[in-house]
Amino acid sequence: MIRNGAQWIGTAAALPARALEPLMAWLQKVLGMSRLPWIFLLPNLLIIALFSLLPVLMNVVYSVTGSDNLYPSERPFVGLSNYATLLECENYLQPSTCSRDLFWRAVGNALVFVPAQVVVMIGVALITALALNRNIRARGFFRGIFFFPVMLSPVVVAMTWVWLLQRDGALNGILGAIGFDRVSWLTDPGRAFKWSIFVTVWAHMGFYMVILLAGLQSIPADIYEAAKMDRASPWRVFTRITLPLLKPVLLVVFILGVIRSVQTFDEIYVLTGGGPGTATKMIVHYIYETGFAVMPRNYGLAAAASLMLGLVLFLFTGLQMKLSKGGRDA
Amino acid sequence: MTSQAGRTLRQLILGTAVAWATGAAFAQEITVQAIDADIRYITEKFMREHSGTKVNFRLVSFQSILESLPVQLASGQGPDISMVADWGGLAKYYLNLRPYVDAKYFEREFASLLRPMRGDQPNGDAINGMSGSMTMNGAFVNRTLFRQAGVPLPPAGATWDEWADAARRVAKATHTEMAMEMDRSGHRFASLAISYGAKLVDNQGRPVVDEGLKLAMKKFVEWHRDGTMPMDLWGAVGGATHRDNFQDFMNGKVVFYFGGSWSLYKMDSEVGDLFDWGVVDAPCGTSSCTLMPGGGAMVAFKHTRQPALCAQFLAFLAREDNMRETMARHPNIPAAATLLRTGVEYPGASEHLREALASFARQADKIAPTAYDFQGWRYQRAAMNALTTRISQVLTRELDIETAARFVKKDVELAIQAAGK
Repeated sequence: MIRNGAQWIGTAAALPARALEPLMAWLQKVLGMSRLPWIFLLPNLLIIALFSLLPVLMNVVYSVTGSDNLYPSERPFVGLSNYATLLECENYLQPSTCSRDLFWRAVGNALVFVPAQVVVMIGVALITALALNRNIRARGFFRGIFFFPVMLSPVVVAMTWVWLLQRDGALNGILGAIGFDRVSWLTDPGRAFKWSIFVTVWAHMGFYMVILLAGLQSIPADIYEAAKMDRASPWRVFTRITLPLLKPVLLVVFILGVIRSVQTFDEIYVLTGGGPGTATKMIVHYIYETGFAVMPRNYGLAAAASLMLGLVLFLFTGLQMKLSKGGRDA
Repeated sequence: MTSQAGRTLRQLILGTAVAWATGAAFAQEITVQAIDADIRYITEKFMREHSGTKVNFRLVSFQSILESLPVQLASGQGPDISMVADWGGLAKYYLNLRPYVDAKYFEREFASLLRPMRGDQPNGDAINGMSGSMTMNGAFVNRTLFRQAGVPLPPAGATWDEWADAARRVAKATHTEMAMEMDRSGHRFASLAISYGAKLVDNQGRPVVDEGLKLAMKKFVEWHRDGTMPMDLWGAVGGATHRDNFQDFMNGKVVFYFGGSWSLYKMDSEVGDLFDWGVVDAPCGTSSCTLMPGGGAMVAFKHTRQPALCAQFLAFLAREDNMRETMARHPNIPAAATLLRTGVEYPGASEHLREALASFARQADKIAPTAYDFQGWRYQRAAMNALTTRISQVLTRELDIETAARFVKKDVELAIQAAGK
């Protein structure tokens, strides 16, 4: 009976396809085989055009128009003046001399934050993946624990850490209970910056760990067995076998990590609001404040800043594609 | 056609006719949105008294009023009537009620509110809305701690310095964690700045950075440096982020808290008589003893298809008995002249709450004109964001006071320029 039911469902599912056969035959005749795939790609192309290309195009339009009006038709053309305003600076190393000093402070912060965060994240993710690739007890449980923060909303992650790190938070409570003075974890610029790195690593490390774990598991076991027979030390096995064979995956993780790090916003926005002062202000935070949080809203400047950021990310994506191709060729 | 089918058809026709007639009966329909449910009672009363009209009430968040409403209005959408917090910033969308309402009544009752609600044309004669009640900044003090410390409460007219000194002595004597705190808000800081003579905005709607503002910034930074104020508010976050730590006051961890009148209800319901607290007269600077006015004004928008009905509803809301009824349901600081002059009954309110509301109402008359000018300035939000951002940068030693003050002016000028003015 079940088999009959399955057959019936299969027949019913095939009906629309059969009904379309004459149409397909006609399209094939009119367009030819070489053009026919475009018909199948059309729905996806339309979706990409509507939800990806059109917003980018609108962003370009906003970036070359001014005023606080929302409708593009009501916004006067200002050429590249939004870009010029962003780039206007006497000395880029001293943001206070720039027309939009907060943007350059955000750029300066990102130049420190991104390398530091990516290096720490990949390092921790790699160590964790190596540990969880071994045949240890409760391996599945630990994999779940390390991956768990990835499933949480960034706002939940940040709020959790705010409760832990604030003046009367859990961390200071523990310090107080064991006789230490309370520490201002988030009111000191240096400490707030380091905690921002820590929290973002904690939140995203699991994702990269899983990718690296998959990479580690794809390395053939017989290579390790051969190394074992040759009595190679664990360090030598790691540097001569694991790392070289993991290189393509590491490259992907590196590029994805950089892109994600440059885009960092939500966790830090909730954790520190970009402060103290501007110590943890990142580029996306600047874009958000300029375009959405501050009245009057400067959509043009926010669009220009986001396109400049997009250009940087585009370059990284290009680099990723080139490197990953290189990795495959190797 | 069978009799059953015929009956069904007749029912369908009748149903359609009823639906059409109902729609026609509510041809005069508007949507009103506000952040508190009290307005809902007034909308129901309005519909009872004005048959044939329908007022849809929408309860929204304060965040929605601040962030979503401007976008809705920019795209020609949104409710017919809404509560607005950015009085001057959205003025270009307001419906001028003058042709529809008793202008003299509105001018008499809401004299101080009409000017700041005119945005770029403060000297015009537009009647852009009303508000029966208002919110204000205010200083909450923990009287129990003062008594325990044996420090007399500074009298009305005491300066900010005197309050800071007294709060420090109380905190020291009672081992209280903090002497003073102020919400991280440009609006709160504006009270301090205007008290020290800051003008903030000139008659042409341009930002003003003067010695009054710098003096207020200097004092504010000094209080953070010497530990009178903790860094957890202004020193812990950046940008335009609003932050308050009123729970510190509720938990008896701070002697003097400068926040907003809306915290009264939380104090009343959650703290009550657990300790003796109160709202004191505005601390004074070298120029005045003023608080900043604020709160939600009710306005109608130009895009409405029912301007007369909108005006009729706002006039109804502005009627004395309705304002009193709203105030009785939700105790608040009166804004209308008659209510201020004759006082308001708050049945069911605690003694603490009545006393605090009376204290705020006393301050309403003393609000400096500069405070209203600032409140109604179209670029007030830009200025407030600049103040919080730049002062926080001074606290973390990224900028000195001179540079920060210069940057406040620059930020607002760039905002004005970007808005195409």
